[in-house]
Order: sequence, then structure tokens, then C-alpha cells
Amino acid sequence: MRFKDVFSIIGPAMIGPSSSHTAGAARIGRFARQLFGAAPEEADITFYGSFAATYEGHGTDIAIVGGLLDWQTDDPRIPNSLQIAVEQGIAVAFREGRGAFSHPNTAKLLLRSQSEGQARELAVTGTSIGGGNIEITAIDGFSVKLTGIYPTLVIRHKDWTGVVASVTDVMRRSRTNIAFMSVDRKGRSGDALTVLELDSPITEALIAEIGQIESVSTVHIVNLQEAAADEDGISTNTQEEQP
Amino acid sequence: MNFRTLDELSALCESRGLSIGKLMVEEQSAESGRDAGLEFRTMADYFRIMKEAVQRGLTEDTTSRSGLTGRDAQRVMEFGRGGELSLGEHAGNAMAYALAVSEINASMGRIIATPTAGSCGIIPGVFVSSQERFGWSDEHMVYGLFAAGAIGYVIANNSFVSGAEGGCQAEVGSAIGMAAGALVELRGGTPKQAMHAVGLALKNTLGLICDPVGGLVEIPCIVRNGFGSVTALAAADMALAGVRSVIPSDEVIQVMLEVGSAMPEKHRETAGGGLAQTPTGKAIMSQLRKKK
Repeated sequence: MRFKDVFSIIGPAMIGPSSSHTAGAARIGRFARQLFGAAPEEADITFYGSFAATYEGHGTDIAIVGGLLDWQTDDPRIPNSLQIAVEQGIAVAFREGRGAFSHPNTAKLLLRSQSEGQARELAVTGTSIGGGNIEITAIDGFSVKLTGIYPTLVIRHKDWTGVVASVTDVMRRSRTNIAFMSVDRKGRSGDALTVLELDSPITEALIAEIGQIESVSTVHIVNLQEAAADEDGISTNTQEEQP
Repeated sequence: MNFRTLDELSALCESRGLSIGKLMVEEQSAESGRDAGLEFRTMADYFRIMKEAVQRGLTEDTTSRSGLTGRDAQRVMEFGRGGELSLGEHAGNAMAYALAVSEINASMGRIIATPTAGSCGIIPGVFVSSQERFGWSDEHMVYGLFAAGAIGYVIANNSFVSGAEGGCQAEVGSAIGMAAGALVELRGGTPKQAMHAVGLALKNTLGLICDPVGGLVEIPCIVRNGFGSVTALAAADMALAGVRSVIPSDEVIQVMLEVGSAMPEKHRETAGGGLAQTPTGKAIMSQLRKKK
């Protein structure tokens, strides 16, 4: 079932004019922002299909940048997002992509940051499937399939025996139910990405505990159902662990 | 959710002795794990936002960002005050309110996607005008929104609700079906009658392409919301009168999927065909580009 509940049909509350080109784009942008863990210094955004054909008219550019600022779909600041992004030091570039994507409304975001002496980069591909609902289809070259309607744990690790069992054991002990789960790897014993969509939010302590598991390099939580942690939109619900 | 088709939905309502709306509140609560009262309050908030959008669309300047549209709802209301509407007062109000919400959407105001922003006027148009006419409580209306959501859930998961995937039939068509079925229930019809209303309504929009001028959710989206609200009233009346959708509504949804899948890309929200590529549509598009 692509559409999971009543509020994926009636809802979201949003700033117009298009649920797929505006609200969906905002949610894709916000997913990328929360996964990145902070405001990026640079955001390269490529639109495909109907997104590429009509993004200016629909305000897709404005909405996706609103998402990068960690705003919800009905945030009244959305019409001014491009200006506010400049003020916050985020350099945004838009491109029109070519090539065959399986869905007509697709956006690819490349976020970069140099802060804290460490260069970081994140690539996220998402599609807007209608009514403001999204599917994130790729993270840094890993194939995923998630909707953003659940608190979502994104875990980078090595493709070693037992890692997934250790992660799910933390879930079992904390009585956190896993709604959906996917694993992808770049090669046998190579880099892997596990994504868990959860039925309930998870505590910082548990995120830290997962970060301690051998071979796990980073753990991020994305929760699009909650308003941003503070006015500056600095998301605090993220935790990184270096092995 | 314990149903995948409209047939299963109405059977479930009958076996559990519940209206579509009340069943959907329970199903939603079971799916989300949240308290039913909390889910109900979220929907009640959405209904308040719908009413606010109607009010704002009838009173504020709704000129869109492009300058192409605005204040059509107010024109219809003004014409109606002289007793001139062929539709009569009640259907006229539904039409004007639907235009009002769509115009708020086009001017980057706050709306509820039902199921999409392109079709956000139809359900508020039907619901808010019917509430005024029949004196229904907000609680009654919120259950009606859950009923509309249950119908939309089936349509969306068996077909589609975005113009980019399935054309305007998937957006405006789905919204009309949802509004028609919910109105049957609000007026005391059975779940079976509500499902007939969905099929009757959907049949009337099969094949409708998505061809927004300049790619904007303005022309023809706004007037299609106005028309859509009137069609929803008509479909609900037919179903309440005992008219049946001889082709079962679930089969009509499959036709929508078939037609939408076969629709050329230029007719699926790319502004590459239809009204968007008429001489006037193209002239508007090039003017918009120059303005930037």
C-alpha cells in the first residue's frame, strides 16, 4: 500500500499551490536536511520529469528549500524561503536533469558542508507520489524505499554478520516496533545502509547505543511529523558516532 | 487498514454496524497506534483550516502569484446575491466555496490537500456549504471527512491521486468521488449507497487530462474545482435517490488506472499539451517567462 493512512489522503495542511510539487517537495527537502543533521552550506538540487518542466510555476524550488530549512509543509515562511536560505548562508543551485526516472516527480539533492573542519556530503533522491506523500528512493547511492511518515533510523555500517541482529535487539529490548525495514549494500562485506521505519519515536540514549555497535559508523533519525527543534531550525535529534 | 476495496469497506461497515466515518476513525487509530480522540482532533483541526480557507477566499484578495486568476469565488457570490444563479443558492454556494479554497491555494495560502492541493476546493466546497444548509455539527462533519478519507484511501492505493501519474481524473476526479460518497453518508445514506455515489462520480471524470497553463495550479484547475463540487452534489443525489453504478465502483477505479496509465506524458502535468499548448496558453507561458 503506497498510501498508509487517512492523513495521507486528507492532508497535509500545507501552503499552496501543489501537493506533489510543493508539499511533497518540502518533505523531500526536510528529509534530506534532517538526515544531513544540520543546515548545509551548499545544496545542489536537480529536478526531473514534471518537476523539471514546471518547478518555477509551482514553487517547487521555494518549497524544497523550505524543507531544507527544516520547516513543515504549512509553514507560513515558505513563500520567502529562498531569501531566508541566503540569510542563513545556504548556497542553493537548481538544475534540470535529463534521463529516465521511474517516476515523473523526482528530485535529487546533493548537500555539502565544510564546517567543524570536516567536509561532509550527502546525496538523497526522492519522488513525490501525490497528495504531499513522498518516497525516498536513494541515499548516497544505496537503494531505499521509505515514506517519511514514521520516525526513521538511517544506519551506516559494514556488511558484517550480526550487525542487523544487534540493531534489532536494541529495538526489542526497548519495545520499539519496526514497521518497515530495508538493507542495501555496495558489495559483500562492504559498506551497507540499514533503514528502520518505527512505530514510535526513539530516545537519544538508544540512538547512542546503536552507534556503539561494532562496524556501525553513523546513526541518524529523521522525524517529519514533528516541528523543528528551535526557531533556527537546527535539528537536535541527530547523533553521530565515529568508530 | 482492514480493507483494500470499496466493496470490502462497505462490507466491513455492515458487519461491524458502523458508518464509514466511525469505522475509519477506528482503523486509523489501529494503524497509527495513537488514541482515536487524538486522530479525531487532528481531523477537526483540518476542518477548521478548510472553513478558514473558504472564509478567506470569499473576502480577501486572492490574486495568484502569476496574476492570472483571483476573486472568481467573489464574482459568483455577488452574482448569486441577485438571485441569478441557475444552480440555485445551495449548489451555487458549494461552487463558490470550492473556487474560494482553490484560489487561496493558488495565492500560496494555507489549505488541506484533499487528496491533493490541485483538488483542494471540492471537499470544503461540498462540506462547508452543506453544513450551513443542513445545520450539521462540526463533529458530524469531521466523521464525514474520515469517510471521504476512507474512500480516497481505496482510490489512491488501487489507482493514483496525482496529475503527474494519472491526469486530472486522478486529482479532481478522486476528490469528487470522495465528496460524493461522504455526502451520501452525511445525509443518512447507507455505506452501499455511498459506494454507488463514488462510482457514479468517477465515471463522469474518466479521461480528464492534466494540462495546467504555464504549469500553474490555476487554469483550468480552479474552475474544475468549482464544477467538481457541483458534480459531487449531483452524484450524491442520484445515489440517495437509488440510482446505482451498474459497473461496480471498484471496477471504475481500475478503469481510471487503465486510462491514466495510457495517458501521454504531455497530458500529465507537464504543461506539454492540452490547454497549456493552445495559442493563448503558449502566449501566457511566454509572458510569464518574460516577467521574471
